[in-house]
Amino acid sequence: MSFPWAEQYRPKHPFMRWMDDRLPLPRLVYNSVGGGYPVPRNLNHFWNFGVLAGLALVIQIVTGIVLAMHYNANADTAFASTEHIMRNVNSGWFLRYLHANGASFFFVVTYIHIFRGLYYGSYKAPREMVWMLGLVIFLLMMATAFMGYVLPWGQMSFWGAKVITGLFGAIPVIGEPIQTWLVGGYAPDQATLTRFFSLHYLLPFVIAGVIILHIWALHIPGSGNPTGVDVKTPQDTVPFHPYYTAKDGFGAGLALVFLAILVFFLPNYLGHADNYIPANPLSTPAHIVPEWYFWPFYAILRAFTVDFILPAKLWGVLAMFSSILLLFFLPWLDKSPVRSGSYRPRFRQFFWILCVDVVVLGYCGGSPAEEPFVMVSQVATIYYFAHFLIILPILSMVEKTLPLPASISESVLHGEEAEAAPLGDATPAKA
Amino acid sequence: MAAVELNEGAAPAADGEHGVRRRDFINIAAVSAAGVGGVALLYPLITQMNPSADVLALAQIDVDVSAIETGQAIKTTWRKQPIFIRHLTAAEIAAANAVDTGSLRDPQTLAERTKEGKPQWLITLGVCTHLGCVPLGAAEGENRGDFGGYFCPCHGSHYDTAARIRKGPAPRNLEVPDYEFLSDTAVRIG
Repeated sequence: MSFPWAEQYRPKHPFMRWMDDRLPLPRLVYNSVGGGYPVPRNLNHFWNFGVLAGLALVIQIVTGIVLAMHYNANADTAFASTEHIMRNVNSGWFLRYLHANGASFFFVVTYIHIFRGLYYGSYKAPREMVWMLGLVIFLLMMATAFMGYVLPWGQMSFWGAKVITGLFGAIPVIGEPIQTWLVGGYAPDQATLTRFFSLHYLLPFVIAGVIILHIWALHIPGSGNPTGVDVKTPQDTVPFHPYYTAKDGFGAGLALVFLAILVFFLPNYLGHADNYIPANPLSTPAHIVPEWYFWPFYAILRAFTVDFILPAKLWGVLAMFSSILLLFFLPWLDKSPVRSGSYRPRFRQFFWILCVDVVVLGYCGGSPAEEPFVMVSQVATIYYFAHFLIILPILSMVEKTLPLPASISESVLHGEEAEAAPLGDATPAKA
Repeated sequence: MAAVELNEGAAPAADGEHGVRRRDFINIAAVSAAGVGGVALLYPLITQMNPSADVLALAQIDVDVSAIETGQAIKTTWRKQPIFIRHLTAAEIAAANAVDTGSLRDPQTLAERTKEGKPQWLITLGVCTHLGCVPLGAAEGENRGDFGGYFCPCHGSHYDTAARIRKGPAPRNLEVPDYEFLSDTAVRIG
């Protein structure tokens, strides 16, 4: 693992030496996030977001365990027990708002983490496994967040559960039996609530397990970097501790400020007022949308309105799942040998168009299912798939990339701009 | 801050070894702030396990004792714990007052355990001070132990007619809760 010049763990205290011979846990920590893990010296703040996602998971698990001490997974009392947490339990309002907004925080940092990977080509060899494990984490996160949103058993919880499990009903022949099996009945009820609570408690620990694999896979080749150039010499790296513990600590401090603003000043900004109405199986809220982090996918789901060979409903569901499953093939769709978008001028333009496209999809997904949003989401959906299936494969064949720096340390010393300029018109390094 | 910078600029080599550098200050300040923040975060995580507002709201009950005949006792609940309200007979009061308090494990007189002018009303928690079982003796026909008060069947603690521990492993007398008589027959516990 890692580079030959990595610092060795040498415990000085006799007890630590005794421990190291029996259970080398301190050695594992030292080699993973301590002085023993050499990291490219040129990481920018976009490399903070993996650690931030880990922090978000810790916040969710800690607040979640505490909330589960007061929550009641019973269709008759779930809503009341949520209000009990808000009104009666000491600091309950804080813990619940932290958990609810913590989910949004988790998705914000994870989306930035994913788009960091898309821009800097973090999915490319030799980090394909890192990328794919990350997507598994992302899928698990979505399942966990969805089931967590059902637990308060408000109107949005109930109808969210009904709509999302209804997606499985689109599968031909076996769809409806699967849907009935998922909810344990013909509509979400006690059985649904209890199993969702059980799984909502379980999955975060599964996520934690996959994160360990994600980091393990990452530490085989080591972290990428903004130039996308491989680490070559000891000059290219600095030890994770203290350099990146300090940088991540700073980033975590800033991120927690944003989370605190949400929790203390805008705790319901990202929620829906309808979810403060107890679940009513006889009345659907007028405007039913999922949480914001599902909006782009929800827009893709609703973009299919016409039966074409297959029913429109099935097309929507297939497209929605494909939009994520597609990303598993990304390392083989984008075959450009240059990793970083900083040295791929055309790719960079399309990358930003994709970002706008996803934001547009998100906006449409959060809007009512009427014109012009339906048409806009159809166009945006087409572009989303075209980006990955057509544009990236073609780009990787025809794009003229910029010359890469000879090494990370050279790029740092000469400034990225000078290094990124095409050969010939490079202005000499300024200082 | 300015002084530290000046210091750094003026004598970098000499002070670098022994003096406090600006970076040391930033490091200690940042880590301390994070530490204090982390500890502060423990407060809600711990206090959430304390009794919640709805539990505390049950901490006061009113009881009408007019129906309790002399020699009878009733059980009621307060904070989800049994409360014994016992209407002592004159003989029981006399028996309680006859005891030399100096010989008791937890010396208290009956007067100290009842309200002034109402020595016949003995109000205690029905929770054995040994390990928390409910002693017998409040209901008709139950074993009242060797001293005619209460008897805890779990580990054999005997309480007398003032609910004082007389024999067995319990360390203290049955606890007397805070209460007051609103009238001759209405008691507010808590």
